[in-house]
Amino acid sequence: MKAFAALYRELDATTSSLAKQAALQHYFLSAQAGDAAWAVYFLAGGKPRQIVPSKLLRTLAQEAAGLPKWLFDESYDAVGDLAETISLLLPAPTQSHELGLAVWIEQRLLPLRKLAPELLTETLRAHWDQLATDERLVYFKLMTGGFRVGVSKLQVTQALAAVGGIDTKRVAQRLMGYLHISGQPTAEDYALLVAPENSGELNQKTSGQPYPFFLAHPFNLPLTQFDAVLGVPENWLVEWKWDGIRAQLVRRAGQVWIWSRGEELVTERFPELAAMAAALPDGCVIDGEIVVWRNDAESADSKAGKVQPFAQLQKRIGRKTIGAKMLRDLPVVLLGYDLLEYEGQDLRAKPQFERRAWLDQLIEQLAQPQLLPSPVLHAASWDEFARQREAARSMGVEGMMLKARAAQYGVGRTKDVGVWWKWKIDPMSIDAVLIYAQRGHGRRASLYSDYTFAVWDGAPDQPERKLVPFAKAYSGLTDVEMAKVDAVIRKTTIETFGPVRSVKPTLVFELAFEGIARSPRHKSGIAVRFPRMLRWRIDKPIAEADTLETLSALLPTVP
Amino acid sequence: MTNLVVARPEGLYCTAGDFYIDPWKAVGRAVITHAHSDHARTGHGHYLAHTHSEGTLRARLGAITLQSEPYGKTIEHNGVKISLHPAGHVLGSAQVRLEHKGQVWVASGDYKLEDDGTCAPFEAVRCDTFITESTFGLPIYRWATPAALSLEINEWWRSNADAGRASVLFCYAFGKAQRILYGADPSIGPIVVHGAVEPLNAVYRAAGVRLAPTLSVSDTSVNPQLLKRALVLAPPSAQGTPWMKRFGNYSDAFASGWMQLRGARRRRGVDRGFVMSDHADWPSLQKAITSTGAQRVFVTHGSVAIMVRWLNDHGLEAQGFKTEYGDEDMSEPPTANSASAS
Repeated sequence: MKAFAALYRELDATTSSLAKQAALQHYFLSAQAGDAAWAVYFLAGGKPRQIVPSKLLRTLAQEAAGLPKWLFDESYDAVGDLAETISLLLPAPTQSHELGLAVWIEQRLLPLRKLAPELLTETLRAHWDQLATDERLVYFKLMTGGFRVGVSKLQVTQALAAVGGIDTKRVAQRLMGYLHISGQPTAEDYALLVAPENSGELNQKTSGQPYPFFLAHPFNLPLTQFDAVLGVPENWLVEWKWDGIRAQLVRRAGQVWIWSRGEELVTERFPELAAMAAALPDGCVIDGEIVVWRNDAESADSKAGKVQPFAQLQKRIGRKTIGAKMLRDLPVVLLGYDLLEYEGQDLRAKPQFERRAWLDQLIEQLAQPQLLPSPVLHAASWDEFARQREAARSMGVEGMMLKARAAQYGVGRTKDVGVWWKWKIDPMSIDAVLIYAQRGHGRRASLYSDYTFAVWDGAPDQPERKLVPFAKAYSGLTDVEMAKVDAVIRKTTIETFGPVRSVKPTLVFELAFEGIARSPRHKSGIAVRFPRMLRWRIDKPIAEADTLETLSALLPTVP
Repeated sequence: MTNLVVARPEGLYCTAGDFYIDPWKAVGRAVITHAHSDHARTGHGHYLAHTHSEGTLRARLGAITLQSEPYGKTIEHNGVKISLHPAGHVLGSAQVRLEHKGQVWVASGDYKLEDDGTCAPFEAVRCDTFITESTFGLPIYRWATPAALSLEINEWWRSNADAGRASVLFCYAFGKAQRILYGADPSIGPIVVHGAVEPLNAVYRAAGVRLAPTLSVSDTSVNPQLLKRALVLAPPSAQGTPWMKRFGNYSDAFASGWMQLRGARRRRGVDRGFVMSDHADWPSLQKAITSTGAQRVFVTHGSVAIMVRWLNDHGLEAQGFKTEYGDEDMSEPPTANSASAS
């Protein structure tokens, strides 16, 4: 319990992912397996049902602290967190203990649920009389079901992978279902998480591992150069560029795994896709895009549906549990565009058009409403494609994908065995890095809500490159997002100049703007019109933000 | 019966004596409880303060007309008997006892009950009316003993030193820095202080307070190798400035009473928050008020409304005094708390 409370405090105190990773690994390396089993459970987002109702706990704590209700409430207002308020208000402990997390959970916390109400007060008092303030915080957070600390499931997964010396994706697979263990996570469960890979896992036929994603390159040349650079359109497979979640659906050995591009296992977030995948034959991997897909015209044919804005998909990503209402209101489909494995055979070295043909055939055979082909677009010339592309904004897509007909499925952002281009439309958007923040006004008076954004002045391989400010924006975020950004700004401030702070670059936002022009008055040499934040790119490291070159490519060509 | 002390736009005013206590606007005569900037301001005609405040007052305010007196000595002005008594806040901090026509009032300025070893400990003074602060006037604020706190700081320092990184502790230059130096264990490593801290160390040492030896970053013996084991004391304003670069990969911490709360710790953006305050915590505020035997209490700053309600509920006659005292600790109070402070 002491070690876990110390870990909680460390994770809570820092915003540095490296420091969090170090703290997690240190904990897992030194903890007893039984304690670590519960630690993984809570840190990865597992939640036992509420053990003691908050209202009752509040009353008991107020009595134990010997305070009138109004003063307890004032204290709660100042602290803003019930578990923390209680831990600070209770009388100092008179006892101590050396018990681990597992004992506290299994023998003390969980049995409270079955305890007769008249015994509860006495038992709780005996518990907290043994706990120091930081242990109490964890104890009450576990009890009220409000356990939350700034680590993601992915970070926990990475720490376990490092501790076990195994692949992160392997740990992610093993963690599937871990949080739903109806009983309790045991020392054996934990040992299995970090054990060396077994033969079943190492065998491709039974492994849930995805293939490394093949990534596209931006394509921003003027249309007049298309023929010269790309050749004839017949050599290319052209599709819409969807604004969703890139995903691989892996079907092997009677099981299903859905992996996002960030190599995060997202199977549980998309139960309808997991169910659909049961119809796939074993030894089959599909690459595609998960999008919210809704048919406004109430037609039964799912193909008549339409992709919905990314913001809707985001609502689903944010949820831990996907309820029936959400499944109904925000239905997703997988728009398949590549077949990487079929009947257990790795198809990645086959040409793009062959893989695509097999995929189309498979999708047609399966006839699953949640698995649709990403349509292949046709035109006689690049000019015609460009005209088609003008509909992109109204269709809610980002532009077009141009895939070389003969391309193999490469590894990562490579061009050696073929190429994928992303030909984005002009409603210009750029991934930029927040470098200055200023306090807002009125309702936002205490918040850092007005931001200055920058792009890189060189490619990622230039170590000397710098961030150049180019736009200010203050709209587009929700209040919740803004509060989070505000907290990060306060923690990463480098210098304060009056109401302005310079911050350590950590935050990437997608900025949209209506117009762009050269401007000698701006440091970047570029001015944009009506910039606003489209979304917070939590998934993007700052190194992947756009460059001055990509920004300049958006400038209208001089006639 | 008229009040011996009233709140005027210039500050707390002694009617019979025609002088002010810690006024925030320029006045003719001022009694100063201690040398923190919100209590000792510039421009008064005549200052009265404790002997140990002389160095800090002169350093900050320059050529002032200053009368300094030891604790317990009574002087008389316009028929009001004035004496200074230890407040335990910082070096030279004093409560002001005023006696006139049988009425005794005590204005406490800022105070703390725990003896931290760097200044004369708080002394309870019997009075009819007590003027108290309430900076940490909520029961969530309870401090560990100075010894336990020093142990915590030394442990943090030691583990950093063992890992080969500097321990940068942000703290206010006057009061907290010297408390940390008093409790620091010099066997762990060298102690380096920021230029804003050292002049105050000199004042403490001159007053006979034993502080651990300190180095300045400009000392020739200070090199990157030495810094890896060092405890570095710097004012909060140094956080995030280029001055910090010399310490390389360091661990940082902040010492303040506000560090009691998670939210405040997180907003500070440091690795550790040490709960260290020059002010009384909730139990000490109650203890101090009770020990004066006062029936009437005026609350000057902090959680005024809460303290007033609490004291009235407990049979005292309490009300708030509107003042302009803040506190060096108040530079970043928990935002949720500001609503309750008047």
